[in-house]
Amino acid sequence: MSAPVQTLDAPLGADRTAAAVAPFAASRGFWGNVGRKLLRDPVAMAAAAVILAIIVVAIASPWIAPMDPYRGSMLRRLRPIGTPGYPLGSDELGRDMLSRLMMAGRLSLFMGVTPVIVAFVIGSGVGILAGFVGGWLNTILMRTIDVFFAFPSVLLAIALSGALGAGILNSIVSLTCVFVPQIARVAESVTTQIRSRDYVDAARLSGASALTIVRVQVLGNVLGPIFVYATSLISVSMILASGLSFLGLGVKPPEPEWGLMLNTLRTAIYVQPLVAALPGAAIFIVSISFNLFSDGLRSAMEVKE
Amino acid sequence: MLSFTLKRLVYVTPVALGVSIVCFLLVHLAPGDPLSAILPVDATQQMIDEMRAIYGFDKPLPVQYALWLWRVLHGDLGTSIATGRPVADEVGRAVVNSLILAVVATLIGFTLGTFFGFVAGYFRNSILDRVASAVSVFGVSVPHYWLGMVMVIVFSATLGWLPPTGAGPDGSGNWRPDLEHLRYMVLPALTLSVIPMGVIARTVRALVGDILSQDFVGALRAKGLSDAGVFRHVVKNAAPTALAIMGLQLGYLLGGSILVETVFAWPGTGFLLNAAIFQRDLPLLQGSILVLAMFFVALNLVVDVVQTALDPRIERT
Repeated sequence: MSAPVQTLDAPLGADRTAAAVAPFAASRGFWGNVGRKLLRDPVAMAAAAVILAIIVVAIASPWIAPMDPYRGSMLRRLRPIGTPGYPLGSDELGRDMLSRLMMAGRLSLFMGVTPVIVAFVIGSGVGILAGFVGGWLNTILMRTIDVFFAFPSVLLAIALSGALGAGILNSIVSLTCVFVPQIARVAESVTTQIRSRDYVDAARLSGASALTIVRVQVLGNVLGPIFVYATSLISVSMILASGLSFLGLGVKPPEPEWGLMLNTLRTAIYVQPLVAALPGAAIFIVSISFNLFSDGLRSAMEVKE
Repeated sequence: MLSFTLKRLVYVTPVALGVSIVCFLLVHLAPGDPLSAILPVDATQQMIDEMRAIYGFDKPLPVQYALWLWRVLHGDLGTSIATGRPVADEVGRAVVNSLILAVVATLIGFTLGTFFGFVAGYFRNSILDRVASAVSVFGVSVPHYWLGMVMVIVFSATLGWLPPTGAGPDGSGNWRPDLEHLRYMVLPALTLSVIPMGVIARTVRALVGDILSQDFVGALRAKGLSDAGVFRHVVKNAAPTALAIMGLQLGYLLGGSILVETVFAWPGTGFLLNAAIFQRDLPLLQGSILVLAMFFVALNLVVDVVQTALDPRIERT
């Protein structure tokens, strides 16, 4: 599961800065060390395995799902778990729950992870810019961000998506708007700390341009903490994205998505309570796995909260 | 202290203005004409223009904002398109219900959270710490709307102990402090309390660990202070931060209870927002969000001031 971590390695020149900090580990590099520590963390590895398994199942669902997730049957509605042919029961329109849960992972994961990735790119950019340039630009950017912090995340997501209207793109846009200020604030505070370090002064004195300093000294040291923070947001993002669909603001029927499935099965809690609770259990498993993995990553990278 | 409070007030004013701008722009973010919900389908262009003039939509945006802000400052949040009643009345009634629920949930969450946090922080890396940490990870990871459903499944549908939805037996929109109404509150309050419980347990665990590793604790022990005495010092050191987190969590719950309120049909702001979204009642959406966000800003200010007053280590700048 160190794959996404290592892809960050090459373009950022993290090795050079890490080598200066930890000369004894120079041969392995910073990310190599993080990967080794993660491998020795059983909780983080278990969480990573769960996430990986769910992603693989979601991607492969059209080929491995036992039944067509869209085809219903009026005669076989709300069957209990363990019915022959319906291992996890059937939903209110008689569609196979197992197939739908597998298929739903695609949209749920996509809508939960995409806002964090987009916000990671935009938020880091804004935060690093504000932190590195400082002065009035910092004041303007950070005061604007303060305004967004005046809204609780859930409220802001629902407000934006309620105004924009239902839809996959609208809900991704709303959630991105929720996370950009949060990531930008972390990026700004880390960059401001790095900017006053001696090695940045040294680089400047040696004639490095501002762009080079940002690329080598700042990015190499700042992206790690921001990355850890961003991974901790995925869990929140998954809950919020499915929550928007649960309210009817995200995915529209008949597309399978965990939050929407939970909503349409609400009326069935007296008939098939276990089946009705399944989609929420899926959200919960993904969310807690991302949280545990993020905690492991945080301690492996020795990022303080 | 007074000058500090005034300084914070000055600092908060631009934020509050920014919040009002965001809320104002929400209506203009919406696709289509904000009037389309109240105009008849066969409205003539002349009718549309007249309505635009009446509602002030024909003026430039900054002017519209100034007029809107002026009305808001006088307590006029507009008129709900769906019900025709003033938005301020609707929101006012709902806020009270939400606030009751949020306060009870925060108190439950704070009590359980500090308990688990202290246990975990005091017995680091023991079995107790593992259990308490698991509880707090559960609290921050569980989709609360799903937890609400599970609560209803277990305690209403299966056991039949508690009512599944609503705020009272008469189906009324108002909560009253009697035993019957209390029964309606148990499930939504417990569901909501899980989030602050997780967050507070996490924070308190880290706080207690931090405090215990400081030199003064060693000094207290060395001079022969009893465990209970040391514990008292730890509590005093952890209290300001823990209380501040509690205050912020109250604000988050008030704004974030929409999903849980929807599950339990609790007649609060979340329920109101849900209705506003589905009836495309933009004045109601705008009004509820403005009130909730302003409440959150005010709460932040209070937390800031109280925390500084409680904790002499924080510099009053």
